[in-house]
Amino acid sequence: MQKTPLFSVSDLSKSYGAQLGCCDVSFDLHPGEIMGIVGESGSGKSTLLNCLAGHLAPDRGDVCFDVDGTGLVSTLAMSEPEQRLLARTQWAYVHQNPRDGLRMSVSAGGNIGERLMNVGARHYGNIRQDASSWMERVELSTGRIDDRPATFSGGMQQRLQIARNLVTGPRLVFMDEPTGGLDVSVQARLLDLLRSLVQDLCLSVIIVTHDLAVVRMLAHRMMVMQRGHVVETGLADQVLDDPQHPYTQLLVSSVLQV
Amino acid sequence: MFEITQLSKTFHLHTQQQAEIPVVTNVGFAVQPGECVALTGESGSGKSTVLRLIYGNYLAKTGSISVDGTEIVAADPRTILELRRTTLGYVTQFLRVLPRVPTTRVVAEPMIQAGHDATAADTHARDLLRRLRIPETLWNLSPLTFSGGEQQRVNIARGFAHDYPALLLDEPTASLDRANRQTVLDMIDAAKQRGCAIIGIFHDHAAREVVCDREIDVSQFAAA
Repeated sequence: MQKTPLFSVSDLSKSYGAQLGCCDVSFDLHPGEIMGIVGESGSGKSTLLNCLAGHLAPDRGDVCFDVDGTGLVSTLAMSEPEQRLLARTQWAYVHQNPRDGLRMSVSAGGNIGERLMNVGARHYGNIRQDASSWMERVELSTGRIDDRPATFSGGMQQRLQIARNLVTGPRLVFMDEPTGGLDVSVQARLLDLLRSLVQDLCLSVIIVTHDLAVVRMLAHRMMVMQRGHVVETGLADQVLDDPQHPYTQLLVSSVLQV
Repeated sequence: MFEITQLSKTFHLHTQQQAEIPVVTNVGFAVQPGECVALTGESGSGKSTVLRLIYGNYLAKTGSISVDGTEIVAADPRTILELRRTTLGYVTQFLRVLPRVPTTRVVAEPMIQAGHDATAADTHARDLLRRLRIPETLWNLSPLTFSGGEQQRVNIARGFAHDYPALLLDEPTASLDRANRQTVLDMIDAAKQRGCAIIGIFHDHAAREVVCDREIDVSQFAAA
C-alpha cells in the first residue's frame, strides 16, 4: 500500500440549524483501504458521507483528495467544474436505493455508457463493448443490455449501479448502505462481488452501513458514530471483538446470533 | 520474534452493570525464531485472550507486545494490518469467510495478499488441501457448507498458506482424526524448521509434547 493518504478529512462539521448532523470528524484513507462507518439511524453517518462526497457543503472542516499523485488538495476549494469532473472520474457514489443512482428510463447498457460519455467517450462500438464487459463483471446477463433497469430485480439493479459507477475506473468509492434493501442471499452475492472488485481494482472505499457483518467482511478500519460524533475508531475486527465505548458495546451485543 | 512485557488486560462491560473483568496482568515472555511455545492453564485463564492481544484483535492498554520488532500496543490499525499481511499468521478454531467464495480461493487469499502470484497461490492452495485430505470434489465450493472437521482443515490450510515468520495457533489439532492430526503436526514442525516462531494453545497433550519446546502457564498471570 502507498504510504501517503489518498483522501483526508479534518474537523468536518455539519448541522441543520440547531440539529447536529456530524461534528469534528477527522480521518485519513490510504489507497486500497476500506473504511466502514456504522451507527444507528440519525447518528449522522449519511450526512457525513454526503459531505465527503461533495453533495452537501460542510459548515467547518476540510475534505482533501490526492487528485494526481502529487499530494492532497482541498476539494472544497475547487471550482464547480473541477468538483464535477472529480465526481465523474476518480470518485463514485453507490446509493442505497439503486433508483437514485440509475436512470430508470435508459437501458442497462445506456446507464453504463452514459458515465463513459460524460468523460468524453464517443465511439459507440467501444462504449457498448465496455458496457457489455462490465455487465459480465457484475454477473448480469449481457442479453439484458438493451432492457431498462425497471425490469431488473433489486439485486440486479444494485449490481448495475455498481457497474455504472466503476466503468470510469474511479479510485475512491462512497457507498451508502449498498446491501440495504436486498434479501440475505442477494446480499451475500453482492458482498462477495464488491470484495473481489475492490481487491482487483485496488479501490479505496468509504462504506456507510448499519450492518456489522458487512463491516466485518469488507472493512479494514471502522468508525462508530453516535449523535453526530465519532465515539470509537480502530481496526474493524478489534472494534467488533473488543469494543471500548459503551455505545459500541451496546451495538455489538445487540446483534442476534444465527 | 515475540517479546511481551508487563501486558495486562481488563474488560470493561459498560452495558452489564459497568462490570470490570480483569483477565491477565503483567504477562511477560519471549519466543525465539524456530521455537514453539504452548500456553497452558485451565479454561478461562486467558490463553485465547493473550493470543488475541498479540494479534491486535483485542486492545491492550498497558504493557508492550513486540512482533518482529513492531510494537502492537497502541499501534496504528495500518501497522497491524501490514504486520498481519506479511509477518503474523493466526489459525483460529472457527472459519469466517464470505459465502460463495470457493475453497481454493479462501486458502490462496493470504498468499495473494502477501504479494504472491495468483497462479502460484492457487497451486499451493490445492497442494495444501490435498495434504489435508479435503476431497477434490469440494474445492470449488464454499467451505461454509462443509462439515466441522473439514472447515477446520480449510482454516489450517489458509493459516499455513503463506510462510509467516510468526504464527499463533488456537487449538490447531482439536477434532481432527489421527491422520490429519499428524499432517498438521508435520506442518507445524516444518514451520519451525524454517525458523517460524509459534505460540499455540494445544489441549491435545500428546501433540503438545511433540511440537512444543516450552510451556508457559498463563494462570501465573492471573489478575488478582
